[in-house]
This record gives sequence, structure tokens and C-alpha cells, in this order.
Amino acid sequence: MTVSLKDIEVGTELPSQTFQIERESMIRYAGASGDFNQIHWDEAFAVGVGLPNVIAHGMLTMAVAARIVTDWIGDPGAILDYGVRFTRPVVVEATAPTQLEVTGKVRAMDAEAATAVVDISASVNGETVLARARATVRLPRG
Amino acid sequence: MPLDQSFVGRIYPPSEPYEVGREKIREFADAIGDPNPAFHSREAAQTLGYADVIAPPTFPIAITMKAARAIVADPALGLDYTKVVHGEQSFSYTRPVRAGDVLQVTASVESIRSAAGNDLLTTRAEVTTVDGEHVVTAFSTLVARGTAVQEPS
Repeated sequence: MTVSLKDIEVGTELPSQTFQIERESMIRYAGASGDFNQIHWDEAFAVGVGLPNVIAHGMLTMAVAARIVTDWIGDPGAILDYGVRFTRPVVVEATAPTQLEVTGKVRAMDAEAATAVVDISASVNGETVLARARATVRLPRG
Repeated sequence: MPLDQSFVGRIYPPSEPYEVGREKIREFADAIGDPNPAFHSREAAQTLGYADVIAPPTFPIAITMKAARAIVADPALGLDYTKVVHGEQSFSYTRPVRAGDVLQVTASVESIRSAAGNDLLTTRAEVTTVDGEHVVTAFSTLVARGTAVQEPS
């Protein structure tokens, strides 16, 4: 799917998506990223430091949430800026995957620069896990 | 113990060059569950105008984390690493990372501040090619929970 500047306006909503994060996701992410912090894969350790269970890497949540934008624009290299604040740990039980619900909305547009700013919301069970999540993208003028 | 403010602006020596492999990009994309063809297929990436597969937007963390950790672990800074959580992360891109890049990270301390009894340290990691072309800048804010805060047991 691709989108161009002429297709959107401030307030345009991106197609929302739900992503699953499971135990295996964290093991794979640890290996791929080099972040082997035990709170992401060792339940006894995570509980021992006061967490309800193992939690997803913040950077895994950030990576997954980015798809709301990159799936929409098609070209993931057209992201110019992407930032988030981590507000709440994403707990992942052994029994069932955690559902990460992600939505996006066009916050601002710059026709001259051919860019748009997208506000991203990410939540688990209705609770926000990323705040001030925002991406600036370059779009074809169409 | 408050963090040593004199660290703000301190620049650390550049990292050893990191060569970005096509399979490493695919592995990372698989790990985040992202099937976008630009990460997996050279042909698809070329259709978008890139010389080779490009990396997902958050891939640079795999390169910058080590450099940022060197700052965080510096005992002179006074950060209690056992109380650190990742508070914020952002990336500003000149272009996406792509297979074949040979990258270097220059990390520095962007800011140190305190809020609600917590120490907040923001590191800045400039990712460039070994030839000096800017690729991306990553900002990581780490939060050290204040000692006044009761630790969950």
C-alpha cells in the first residue's frame, strides 16, 4: 500500500492494527538486537525484581508500533524522524500472546516539504504503553 | 547521589566500525515480525530506489546501544545501573541504514536532569559511515529511579 500527500489531511486516520507479542518474540528480539536483559526472558528473574512477569523490550514495542506508519506509506525508508516515550511495561504471559493495539492519525502536514507528522497510539488492554509516539514521514506529492 | 553535571556535552571516542549485513537485517526484521519486502528483498528495495535491502527504522539501536552503555556504565558518572529503565527513544534519519554500510557511532551525553526524584540521562549517538556520511542520530533517555522511591519487592 502506498499513500501520497493528496490522499491525506490533518486528522486522517491510518488503518489500525493489532500485533501479537509472545515469549518467542522476546527471545528472537534479544538475539537479533543483542539486548539480553533477563527481565525480557527469565520469568523468575523478572518476578524477583518486582515485575508481574517478563516484559517486552521497549525497543521491540517501538519497532512493532512503527509498522502502523511503514505499512501505510510502503517505503519504510521514508521515515525522517521517529520517537516514543515508554510509559508502562508490556507484560507477556507464558500462556497467551499480548495484544498490542496500534492506531495512527495525521497530526500535521507540510505541503512544501512534502512531509506529514503522524501521532501513534499503542495500548495493551486499553492502557497506553507508548506516549508522545510520533513519526515524521516524507510522502510522494501524488 | 546526583549525576555529575560536568558530563553534559562529553563526547566519547567513536566505536569500532560495524558492517551491516543483509542477513542481519533480515534476522532483525523477522525478530520484530515485519515482512516489509524492503527489509527482505534486494529487488524490492531497489524498486524503492535503494542499492540494497534497508533496515527497519529501529535497527540502529542494535548498533548504538553498546556505545550508550559505555557512558551509562562509566562509574564517574554516578548512575545506579540497577535502577535504570528506558524512558524515551528517538531517531532522526538522514537516510535508512542499508546492507553494506560500514557504520561508526560517536556517543555523547546530551543532557542530565532530575524530575520527581529520578535522574534522567539522555545520550546522543551519531551514526555515520566510516567516510563521514551522516545516517541517523539516536537519542536515548534512561531513567534512574530515585532512592527515595520504594522498590517493589
